[in-house]
Amino acid sequence: MGEFEVHRVRFFGLVPAGVRCLACQPRGGRLALARTDGAVEVYNLAANYYQEKVIPGHETRSVEALCWAAGGERLFGAGLGGEITEYDLARLCAARSVDGGGGPVWSMAANDSGTQLAIGCEDGSVKLFQVVPGGIQFERNLDRRKGRILCLSWHPAGTHIAAGSIDIVRVFDVCSGRTVQRIMVNYHVQKVKRECIIWSIAFLSSGAVVTSDSFGRVQFWDWERGTLLESHTVSTSAVLSLAVSEKEDSIIVGTSTGATFQFQLLPVKIGSLEKRWVRTKPFQHHTHDVRAVAHSSTALISGGLDAQLVIRPLMEKVQKKSYDAVLRKFTFPHRRLVSCARKARLLLFQFSQHLELWRLGSTEGTGKDGEVLPLCRMPEHLLQLKSKGPEHIYCSCVSSCGSWVAYSTASRFHLYRVQYEGDGVSVKKVPKAPKMLLPAYQLQFSSDSGSLFVASARGSVHVLQLLERGGCKHLHTFRPPSGCPEAVYLLAVSADRHWLAAVGGDWVIHVYNLKCLKHHCTVPTYSCAVTALAIHPLTNNLVIAYSDQQLFEFSIPEKQYTAWSRTVQNCGLHKAWLERDSPITHIAFNPKNPSHILLHDIYMFCVLDKSLPLPDNSTLLMNQSTLKQLPETARQRQLHAFKICKKFQPLLFADLLDENCLVMVERPIMDFKTQLPLPVQQKKFGT
Amino acid sequence: QLYSSSLDGSIKLWDFMDGIPIKTFTVGSKLLALYALASSEDLVFVIIPKRGERDTFQLVSVKLPKAAGQDLEAKELSVVLDGVDASPKRIAFGREGEYVASVKEVNLQIYFFKQKQLNRFSVSATKTKSGNNHFTCVACHPTEDCIATGHADGKIRLWRNFYHKKEYTFSTLHWHHDTVMDLALNQNKEPPKNLSKLLSGGVESVLVLWHNESDCQKDFLPRLGSAIEYISVSSDGVLCCTLHTDNRITVINSNLRFAKSIQGLIKSTDVKTGLVVDPRTKALVLNGEPGHLQFYCLQSNQQLYSLDIVQRQYIHQAGLNQADLVKVAFSAQGKWLATVEEREEVSDPELQLKLWFYDEETQSFKLNTRISMPHDDHITDMCFRDMGELEDDSLIVVTTGRDCVFKVWVMVEDTDPEAQRSVSWSCDFVGSYHNYQATNCCFSEDGSLLAVSFEETVTVWDSVTWDLKCTFCHPPGKIRNICFGRLTCSKYLIGATDYGFLCCWNLLSCALEWSAHLNVAVLQPDPLSEHIAAVSWLSKESSLFVFKPNEPRPIYIQRNLCKEKIQMAAFVPRDEPETSGSQKYLWLRRSQLFFLTDTQELMTLSTKSLEERLTPSSKQLAVEETLPVTPFSLLLGKHRRQQSQEDVDLGKLVVRNKPEQDSPAVKELLHTPAHVLPSASFLCPIFINSLLISKENKSAEEVADEVEMESENTEDDSDEERNVTEMEQDDTSPMELLGEMSCKLSKSQERELRKLRKMDYSWISAF
Repeated sequence: MGEFEVHRVRFFGLVPAGVRCLACQPRGGRLALARTDGAVEVYNLAANYYQEKVIPGHETRSVEALCWAAGGERLFGAGLGGEITEYDLARLCAARSVDGGGGPVWSMAANDSGTQLAIGCEDGSVKLFQVVPGGIQFERNLDRRKGRILCLSWHPAGTHIAAGSIDIVRVFDVCSGRTVQRIMVNYHVQKVKRECIIWSIAFLSSGAVVTSDSFGRVQFWDWERGTLLESHTVSTSAVLSLAVSEKEDSIIVGTSTGATFQFQLLPVKIGSLEKRWVRTKPFQHHTHDVRAVAHSSTALISGGLDAQLVIRPLMEKVQKKSYDAVLRKFTFPHRRLVSCARKARLLLFQFSQHLELWRLGSTEGTGKDGEVLPLCRMPEHLLQLKSKGPEHIYCSCVSSCGSWVAYSTASRFHLYRVQYEGDGVSVKKVPKAPKMLLPAYQLQFSSDSGSLFVASARGSVHVLQLLERGGCKHLHTFRPPSGCPEAVYLLAVSADRHWLAAVGGDWVIHVYNLKCLKHHCTVPTYSCAVTALAIHPLTNNLVIAYSDQQLFEFSIPEKQYTAWSRTVQNCGLHKAWLERDSPITHIAFNPKNPSHILLHDIYMFCVLDKSLPLPDNSTLLMNQSTLKQLPETARQRQLHAFKICKKFQPLLFADLLDENCLVMVERPIMDFKTQLPLPVQQKKFGT
Repeated sequence: QLYSSSLDGSIKLWDFMDGIPIKTFTVGSKLLALYALASSEDLVFVIIPKRGERDTFQLVSVKLPKAAGQDLEAKELSVVLDGVDASPKRIAFGREGEYVASVKEVNLQIYFFKQKQLNRFSVSATKTKSGNNHFTCVACHPTEDCIATGHADGKIRLWRNFYHKKEYTFSTLHWHHDTVMDLALNQNKEPPKNLSKLLSGGVESVLVLWHNESDCQKDFLPRLGSAIEYISVSSDGVLCCTLHTDNRITVINSNLRFAKSIQGLIKSTDVKTGLVVDPRTKALVLNGEPGHLQFYCLQSNQQLYSLDIVQRQYIHQAGLNQADLVKVAFSAQGKWLATVEEREEVSDPELQLKLWFYDEETQSFKLNTRISMPHDDHITDMCFRDMGELEDDSLIVVTTGRDCVFKVWVMVEDTDPEAQRSVSWSCDFVGSYHNYQATNCCFSEDGSLLAVSFEETVTVWDSVTWDLKCTFCHPPGKIRNICFGRLTCSKYLIGATDYGFLCCWNLLSCALEWSAHLNVAVLQPDPLSEHIAAVSWLSKESSLFVFKPNEPRPIYIQRNLCKEKIQMAAFVPRDEPETSGSQKYLWLRRSQLFFLTDTQELMTLSTKSLEERLTPSSKQLAVEETLPVTPFSLLLGKHRRQQSQEDVDLGKLVVRNKPEQDSPAVKELLHTPAHVLPSASFLCPIFINSLLISKENKSAEEVADEVEMESENTEDDSDEERNVTEMEQDDTSPMELLGEMSCKLSKSQERELRKLRKMDYSWISAF
């Protein structure tokens, strides 16, 4: 595998925000997720649950509810700010906002056809909005009563709306706007002093209303008679969230103890028509409140305040055992938040509203494999850059020499010149940054720190020239020849500053020639999202990792896939490699060993040696530990291209500083769990 | 109707009201479990071993032939499931017999009878420190398609939708920390009716009621005494009963209230105390519930009470070392009780000696003195000085320990005036002999001498001065038991060694009087006579020898008492001496001898013959005849007289004694349920025959009776023949030193002993 001196970095204090709500695109392959900091993410279920789009949060824009409307084309969010916001998924920003007019909005739901939105407000009103091209239009108020509307659900036919409040469920007739049924949920419990909060509600086409409440109950009501059909107590604490499958034969609920349960509508007897909801599978993947659940056609999805998104596939719905059938847990974003100044040995960490610049520690000791070397200089926190305003940071980058730092928010772009005088650090903002189409989605400095590439909307990439004395000027803007509505989200620059590769939301990779500032070629399209790409410094081959775990190597000068890439496609990758559940987020190269490609995802670091044979499915993919025990001759026979190290987990970033020095940025789960509020106390047997 | 199956390959149909077998079906192979369904009356299911394969079993259905007659052959077998588990708990029949579920290891298989479809599911095997997740039991919902399975790791899984091979689903309930021993799944009888009730039990001794298959709604009935083995719910769902490992049945109401307990002798995990007789109540005293002493009344076959000795919470969990009672001794009048409890620890045992005083007011024992660590090592024996009239003044307890000493404990007046009790116990003398481990102790009848055995040597001590009087030795072999002779034989000391010798020493001459080669396991003197019972264990059978110390010939020998090893014995004084009794049983006149085997079966020797023992039942019949005269009984009587003329034999009752006048047949007709009567076509000729006035006054009934009697007799004969052959084999057995005096058993005694072995469970009929 080769020996490296590894900087094991654990001082990146990232605390991902908790998951607040989830929304499955109706009949579509996307899942929208909102976090407690207001960030909205879109996951592509078809592309191996890749985190396709991220709209960073905003201090004043909390999101309490998300819903897809207009046939799953448009995404709306509403929150305690009282506004309904439509998100621009191409430009990855909030497009328009309309005031709800009822105070903080607690809930929002779209009807089955996606033409109307209903919101539940603090003042107890339910308001209907019409989804029109270019925005939404207030339509009418429904019958208003006191008490905030915490949850809403449309009848699939669109004729009625069920709304959950405190102690009461109300059913509205959409046409007349009248309350047609009131159900007191506490009526069946004697001597209850506490109020019962209806956290979540679902209206089934059979006429049943499903509620989940703070008493830990999941109840089924007949809305016409207002009677209780079934009651299931699933938890001693609140049931916070509920989602129904499209076929209405399965329900997932999430509780404040971190457990999720599945309910299934099963026949009581073979062949009989009488069916009953039965609590079936319990899962305990979360440690904190499960605030949001979603039910896709093949999986149960839950998101918790512990920032985890858990996708639990339903085995019986999955056709074959492949990567669809594995349990996935996402805690960290699928993109890099760390950038590295290789020459200056600096790391730049991106938080939601500030940046931190650290200098790596150094050592003079040497040691054997696996030894921990003593530090002669401790890592040093050089700089903290706070972004002004309520907007969260989209992207950031530090140049290789460490003297330039750039970041972008939704409306502003900042470039800083950092100077090191002995132990001191001085930061100077570069004035008069050129006006560009903002926000920037990705920033990349060239290896000689002479230019900055800014990924922007509509597939465009701006090239800025950085001047020695501390200024910059706009040099050129690349645009894809055929146009592209989507934003560019990944960039790669060749070491010789000859080539630039950019990929946008349509997953097409464009290669530009920087010397003559022209579009060079397009990499043949592949039907999956690109998760990482990089250009080899010596051969100028573009290495691409896709979310289905495929790897391609494309020769830019020759405008075609390399022979090795073709071999990989012919032989196929190892099964264990394809069944990994997290995407490759970064690719690097070792200049000393041109045949080596360094890749990593959250759980592993891999050195791919192109000179060695590819493993077939009968061999062990993770064979490093067994190889160590073999004698030299046997080891030679067992070697294969994938050399995988799982020592560093969860791995947020890995890069090569020089020929034999690596930096690994870890964020141990326990470190950030301690920063979360205490979970609900539960008695555990044996403690 | 009650069906039973047995290992001898027969299925019997019983009239459970009268306890009479109605029909016997012979199947042929070993029957390990029996299932009958309400929906199919002539079809039963049994588990049999698979032919030609060891340890594989199959579930087969047996068609019971409808033909008349008592003994029938059931040969129509068809295999339903292969590779099932032998335990009856691991198969259950579903709603209306539509399907059958069987569990074994990590697999669940379900066979649907109508569709002829077999579905198999399995749980992935996991092993944790609390055990694996193998299936242990299965239960089916009576009206819904829902199967509950219990697992060795304490989980319960509820399976639904299991007719789909892929879309099946299950939910998990987890409360038990150890194996789920049994489950019962039932429907709620009170509204809301669609909710189900699940009962589960295990080693925790807690019955758990799960409402509505929910993990959150459950009720508990704790402290059921010992691990739950089986759970059964009555068909109307009102009652449920649990069977426990300690030989007890608990009946529980549907609202989880304790209703009734059926218990006789409590089976303890290990009887360490031996059989002790409480002089006050004449009850047998031995280990009962963990840490408790049970007082078991032999006459009523009931537990008188249970005394908590250890007084600590018992944790129902396997593999824990918990304090248990190991030694018990009563003073002569039962006024004092001494107990020893210990907690087994490898390095240092935790010992406690407790002395209890019988409080007349509360009618129970009260703790007087507690002595921690009376010895440095395990206590091997303990006895009171047995002086009836001199009690209190001269009361002494002696304990012997593996720490090579024996200790004498005496009562002392409390000097502290504030102390509530006036007396307490303290150590008076510590004796030892050449640093040998002290193993046994016993006092002579008058209390003047104390014999203590130290490994190979018996030492005799003066109980006043504590001087060593003399020593006896019979090498090789350590002393296993010692006892003094009584009454006319009080000058003898008897000892048994583990090299198979029984020795009798004369205390006056300090010489060996006689010795015999006998591997004595139990040596038990009768407190009311000179007789001493010795039970030997040789070549896998126990034999009883009764002798008087003054003559080396046994006065009674019973070879092959039972196949189990007899661990302890006790003479229980009779309330009144038995007057009648053959010469052979003279030694049993004042006391009765009881044995406890290593399988904890309690047995006794009876002096009466089988016929005598059966008379009480016929007496009961007579009692019924003397019911008070009511208008109804007069009417009934009139009716009976009419019927007696057209008396019909129903061929069910085995009439041993000559029936009084006309009663049995009438009684039979009245008592036999209509559904067990033979078919009308069968009855008709007999009925017609009975109407014919025969000349010889010999009705068809009597002919049938005689035939029956004959068949019975032949059965008996064959039984006897078998016994005889056994006896012959016995005679050629190697243990023959005392063989010259061996006397053969009468066949009736032999048979009676066999009956007695089953007696332990007879109390069930009391319920």
